Amino acid sequence: MALVLNDEQTMLRDTARSFLASEAPVAALRQLRDANVADGFSRELWKQFAGMGFAGVLIPEDFGGVGLGHVEAGVVAEEIGRNLAATPFLSTAVLTASALLNGGSDAQKAAWLPKIAGGEIIGALAVDEGAKHRPEKTALQATRTGNGFTLNGAKTFVVDGHVADLLVVAARTSGQPGETQGLTLFLVAGDAGGVSRERTVMVDAHNAARVNFDNVQVDADAALGPVDGGYELLERVLNVGRAVLAAELSGVGGQAFDIAQAYVKERSQFGRIIGEFQALQHRSAHLFSELEVTRAAVIKALQTLDASPEKAATIVAVAKARAGASTELAVQEGVQMHGGNGMTDAFDIGLYMKRARVAQELLGDSNFHADRLARANGY
Amino acid sequence: MADLETFRAETRAWLEANCPAEMRTPTEDEEDTVWGGRNPTFRNDAQRVWLERMGAKGWTAPEWPAAYGGGGLSRDEAKILAGEMRDLGCRSPLSSFGLWMLGPALLKYGSEEQKKKYLPPIVRGEIRWCQGYSEPGAGSDLASLQTRAEDRGDHFLVNGSKIWTSYADKADWIFCLVRTDPKAPKHEGISFLLFDMASPGVSTQPILLISGKSPFCQTFFDDVKVPKDQLVGIPNKGWEIAKYLLTHERNSISSMGGRAHRPVHEVAAAHVGLNDQGLLDDNLLRGQIARLEVDEIAFEFAMERAGDMAKRGEIHGAYSSLLKYYGSELNKRRHETLMASGGSDALEWESDRSEHGAAPRAWLRTKANSIEGGTSEVQLNILAKRILELPGA
Ligand SMILES: Cc1cc2nc3c(=O)[nH]c(=O)nc-3n(C[C@H](O)[C@H](O)[C@H](O)COP(=O)(O)OP(=O)(O)OC[C@H]3O[C@@H](n4cnc5c(N)ncnc54)[C@H](O)[C@@H]3O)c2cc1C
Repeated sequence: MALVLNDEQTMLRDTARSFLASEAPVAALRQLRDANVADGFSRELWKQFAGMGFAGVLIPEDFGGVGLGHVEAGVVAEEIGRNLAATPFLSTAVLTASALLNGGSDAQKAAWLPKIAGGEIIGALAVDEGAKHRPEKTALQATRTGNGFTLNGAKTFVVDGHVADLLVVAARTSGQPGETQGLTLFLVAGDAGGVSRERTVMVDAHNAARVNFDNVQVDADAALGPVDGGYELLERVLNVGRAVLAAELSGVGGQAFDIAQAYVKERSQFGRIIGEFQALQHRSAHLFSELEVTRAAVIKALQTLDASPEKAATIVAVAKARAGASTELAVQEGVQMHGGNGMTDAFDIGLYMKRARVAQELLGDSNFHADRLARANGY
Repeated sequence: MADLETFRAETRAWLEANCPAEMRTPTEDEEDTVWGGRNPTFRNDAQRVWLERMGAKGWTAPEWPAAYGGGGLSRDEAKILAGEMRDLGCRSPLSSFGLWMLGPALLKYGSEEQKKKYLPPIVRGEIRWCQGYSEPGAGSDLASLQTRAEDRGDHFLVNGSKIWTSYADKADWIFCLVRTDPKAPKHEGISFLLFDMASPGVSTQPILLISGKSPFCQTFFDDVKVPKDQLVGIPNKGWEIAKYLLTHERNSISSMGGRAHRPVHEVAAAHVGLNDQGLLDDNLLRGQIARLEVDEIAFEFAMERAGDMAKRGEIHGAYSSLLKYYGSELNKRRHETLMASGGSDALEWESDRSEHGAAPRAWLRTKANSIEGGTSEVQLNILAKRILELPGA
């Protein structure tokens, strides 16, 4: 398949681009941050997202969505990245929707997917327990009790966790932390008894939470997908999230690049536009090359998720590893090329640096994904 | 050598007796830094006592002449003092633009009266200085600065504005580059003035940084009267002083590349954990940290070697650009690695648990290292031109 957007995808991109630029520009993020809005996102905007079909991008029409694919989800995410929009797109429309689509029973899908597509509920995937993303180290215990399970443990870095109506929780039903066998995903209501949530205000002013589970009781039918055999499902869902997040990062890096390019064409020192200095020209050209190589990996990963998801793991690792690294370079160069202005809150470039750091860490950083590639290739 | 060994023993004994226990722990945050000044802020009494004792001995400025309040130590003695302080974990008693920048320039270019008047209060941390160099239109191209100082007979009248003036709102005095001859070529009409920030006509406007703090300001001068004896060196020849001072600023920024901090691998071990062999449980991060540490150790010796070369008069005048470039880039890399080591714990911005975002705020602050004191690009241009003598550079 050609590694470019087709006509419909290009149209979607143009629509998403103008919609986000007008409805969710960087100024909107500043406002959420400065007003310290407890939700951390605009519910009104999320309704509009649903109206545009973005909330249901991955959800089939039978369940109220628009039935598009991962490439399309990536197209929306890239525009989100360009505008640093704080929305539940990744947590809800991508991760939670994918978990239900890939692991849900008919009843679970019917219960939740239309509400996601309609922008009526927020979902969140709760995986990490330590400072680094290590899904197989899941320790949160789900013990069989009565007709269901009792959950005990703690999750961290749960994107949109404090506002989620529905939590998808990775839990250990057998085995030891570090083993892939013995994991199970559960659907837990955000306000279930025993769940306590703390919003963690993050450097990038996007949402995250710590979520504690203290004897949380769920029925047997709260299990999503196979009991004890949930790792494969979890990985599939995470890979969708990682690829879409790589697309978002690609947008963050692309826009940081554009902002810095505009600046070096405007600022002058020594009686010249600073963009005339070859030192900055070469670094700009180098950065452009890095971003282009990342774009290729990202679209390949998204297309592979659509065409043959069982083969996507390796290319997703490549895409996320690259997107993290090249976007970090883009924001570092962006700040540096702004000189003193880059260090100020008044200029947007610093906000891109903050978002890049969080998205780099989320769902595994460049080191994590390079390590996965090495393991996949047997070294 | 025997003398030096005596000096070492005496120094150690003095430090052990005089450095308060609280001043022997690693600094944790900005409030652990003591800046002194007319209205000093001390977090605790130990900070005050430590500054007073070191200031009285002149050991805040170990190599400055005793006549101006300094320690009067030789280079070898100063190294011993620094080494003993490091071994005992003594904190630096005073951070000061006076010590790092203005003092060395005054020692070289100041009149005898100026040295006697301005240096001792710097040593004792009684006057806090800020640096009035950059302007909105004059950053990398500093020599194009426009702030005017007109000769009005018995005083200069200063008008204009400076930007990025670190701690201008907290400083007592400013050392300031001003244009005294607007008709001369840009490097030749600049003078070096000192004045009190409490002078009528001086005002400051803090600028919010990406770290969420506002330590620097835009500084405005509106008909500020400055007595004539506060000009350093020769009128219109201030550029030479400005450049000399910058070499000292660059040396002090480069020292951030050293290892006077909590080792990154300890931070990583706390957040990432160890595997069953007791090694960091993240192979690639471990490699990243190890390569950083290799460079940090070597760079420490590079700084020491530069000091030794300077003492023998065998150093190129532009060498400080090399140290500044390398040290500031190293410190940025260190904080990138710290952020990777802290993982999602290091992304929290406000909680008590994260000490109000100490890690990300410090990380963001380091991004200025390659901008302040002249950008990395400017340092590389200087190296290419002055040391490598590349054609056209
Ligand atoms: C935290 C902080 C504290 C500071 N404190 C002080 C202070 O106390 N007092 C003070 O006077 N100043 C201070 N500064 C200002 C600092 O010295 C300037 O920001 C710096 O010199 C760069 O100037 P500028 O910001 O105007 O950037 P510009 O000069 O506009 O530079 C923008 C970009 O262009 C690049 N560039 C410019 N010229 C060239 C060239 N010839 N070749 C290649 N690239 C080039 C730069 O490297 C940079 O990447 C501080 C700055 C910071 C960030």
